[in-house]
Amino acid sequence: MRRHSWRFWIGSACALGLAALAAVSVKNEYFFFAGFVVLQFIVLATAWNILGGYAGYVNFGTGAFFGTGAYAAVLLFKAASAPLALQVSAAAAVGALLGLGAGWLTLRLRGIFFSIATVAVAIVLETVVMNWRYVGGSTGLQLLRPPVLPPFDSYIKMIFVVAAGLAVLAVAIARYIEGSWIGLGLRAVRDNEGAAESSGVPTLKLKLVACIVSGALMSAMGSLLPMYMSFVEPSSAFSLYISASALAMAIIGGTSHWVGPLIGAILIGTTEQIVTVTISSELNVLVVGGLLVLFVVLAPQGLLGLAETARLRLASRRGKP
Amino acid sequence: MFSFDLLLNAVVAGVLLGCFYTAVSIGLSMSFGLLDVPNIAHPAVLVLGAYGTFLLGRQGMDPILAGVILMPVFFLLGIGMYRFYYETFARRGANAELRGIAFFFGVSFVIEVVLILIFGVDQRMVEASYIGRGLSFGEVRMPMRMLVAFGMAIALTVCLALYLTKTFTGRAIRAVAQDEAALRLMGANPVRIKQWAFGLATAVSALAGALLIIVGPVEPSLDRIYIGRTFCVVVLAGLGSMTGTLLAGLTLGVSESIVLTMFGASWSQAVSFGLLLLVLGVRPQGMFGK
Repeated sequence: MRRHSWRFWIGSACALGLAALAAVSVKNEYFFFAGFVVLQFIVLATAWNILGGYAGYVNFGTGAFFGTGAYAAVLLFKAASAPLALQVSAAAAVGALLGLGAGWLTLRLRGIFFSIATVAVAIVLETVVMNWRYVGGSTGLQLLRPPVLPPFDSYIKMIFVVAAGLAVLAVAIARYIEGSWIGLGLRAVRDNEGAAESSGVPTLKLKLVACIVSGALMSAMGSLLPMYMSFVEPSSAFSLYISASALAMAIIGGTSHWVGPLIGAILIGTTEQIVTVTISSELNVLVVGGLLVLFVVLAPQGLLGLAETARLRLASRRGKP
Repeated sequence: MFSFDLLLNAVVAGVLLGCFYTAVSIGLSMSFGLLDVPNIAHPAVLVLGAYGTFLLGRQGMDPILAGVILMPVFFLLGIGMYRFYYETFARRGANAELRGIAFFFGVSFVIEVVLILIFGVDQRMVEASYIGRGLSFGEVRMPMRMLVAFGMAIALTVCLALYLTKTFTGRAIRAVAQDEAALRLMGANPVRIKQWAFGLATAVSALAGALLIIVGPVEPSLDRIYIGRTFCVVVLAGLGSMTGTLLAGLTLGVSESIVLTMFGASWSQAVSFGLLLLVLGVRPQGMFGK
C-alpha cells in the first residue's frame, strides 16, 4: 500500500486541480449544482464506510450527522455571520462530539441495536430542530448568502471547490485508517468481535475512533448544505434518504477498500442526477433501493468484488491455454 | 392549566394507544425478539398491510375482515422472506449480520417507494361504522376506533402467548429461540420452525396493518416513525416476551400520550425514539426481560 502512496497523492492533486479548473472555465452553473451532490455523496459514503465497512456496524443515521452539521452552520451563520471555513470546522467538531456521544451510548451493543439507535438519534434531533424557532422550526429558514470571496465569481463555484477539498480529505483519511493499525483492529472487530476483544484489541476504543471520524466528516459535509441551497429545512437535512444513499453507495461500490465507496458514489450519484432530471425523483430512490438489495444478495463484495472475480477468471483462463 | 381531568384523559388515551402499539409490535416481538432476525422491514410490512386493507376496503369490505383475509397472503410472504433470508445470509456466514440488516433496510425502502409510485404520497383512510364515533364516561372520552384496537391487541397478545406456551409448535418456536442445537439433536428441523414462526409474525402484521389504517390515515412514509415505536416496544419488553410486549406497549402509549397533552404533538414522535435510546443506554436487556 505504501508503495503506491505517491500515485494517490498525485491523483488527489489532479482531482482538486480539475475541480478548480472547472470552477474557472465552466460557465453553466447547473454543472456545479449537480457536481456538488456527487461530491457530497463521495464524502458521505466514504465516511459511512469507515465504521460500516471496516468495522461492520451499520449506521442508519448518516442523516443525523449531516443535519447536525447543517444546523450547526446555520446557527453560527445566523448568530455571528461566521465565515464558511469556521462553519465547516465547527460543524466537524460538533459531529465528532455527536459521534462520541452516540457511539459511547450504543457501540457496546450488538450491531442491530446500534443501527436502530442511529435511526433514533436522527429522529430525536430532527424533532428538536423542528421545535426550535430560532433556526426556523419545521418551516425552515431562508438564508442570504454572503458576498463571494475573491478568486471565485459565484458562490456555488466556491462551495463546489470546498466540497471537492472535503471529498479528497475524506478519501485520504479513509485510506490512512484502512492502512493503519486502526483499520486492522476494525477489521478484526468485523470478523469476530469476541475473539478480537479477548486477544487484546481495544475494540470499544477503535469503534469510538471510527464513529468520531466518520461523524466529523459527515457533519462537515452537512455544513455546506445551507449555503448550497440558501435554505434549510429539517426534514430534508435529516432525511433518511441521505442515510440510505450513503449506505447503498458504499455497499454497491464495495466496502473492503477505500476506493469502493468512491466508485459507488460517483456511479450512483451521477446516475441519480441524470434520472432525477430526465425521469422522476421517486424512481431514482427505487433504483437506489433496488440496487442495494440486488448487490447485498448477489454481489456482497460490491463492484470491487465483481472486478476481482473477473480478474481472477481472466488470469486462470490465461494460465491454462 | 393543569387539571386532574386532563391527566386522566391522557392516561386513558395512553392505555388505548399503548394497546395499539402492542398490536403493531407483537409481530416484531416474534421475528426479532424470538427468532433474532434483524427485521427492519417490519414497519414497512405493516404499512403494506394497511394499503392492502385500503384496497379491499375500497370494494366495500370491512377493514378488520380485510385484515383477516390478508393474513394467509402475508403468511406466505413471510415464509418466502425468511426462506430467502436464510438461504442468502444466515446460512453463508461471511458478514451475515451486516448484510442482513442492509437487506431488510433495502426491502423497506423498496416497499415504501413502490407504494409511493402506485398510490402517491397522499394520506389514505378507510371507512367503517365504528370509525369516527366514540364513547364518553363523564369527562373521559374514548374514540371507538381506539377501542377496536384495544380489543384486538388484547386478543392477539393472549392468543400468541397461549400459542407459544400451550401448543407443540409454539413450544418448539420458543425452544428454537433458546437453543437451536438442542432442538436439532432432538430430531426437529429448526429452519422449518423458524420459517413457520416468521410467517406467523408476518401474518399478524397484516392484521396490525389493518388496525393501523383504522386508527388513522396512512401514507407510504409512515414506516419511518414506526421503526422507533415498534423497536422501542420490543426492546423495552425484553426480547421475545409476549406479556412483556403488552406492558412495554402500555408504557410507551402512556408516556407518549402525556407528552402529547403537556407539550404538544410536535414532540410526541420523539418520545418512542428517546425512550428507545434510554433503554439501550441504561438497560439493554429491557425492562421486563431477565
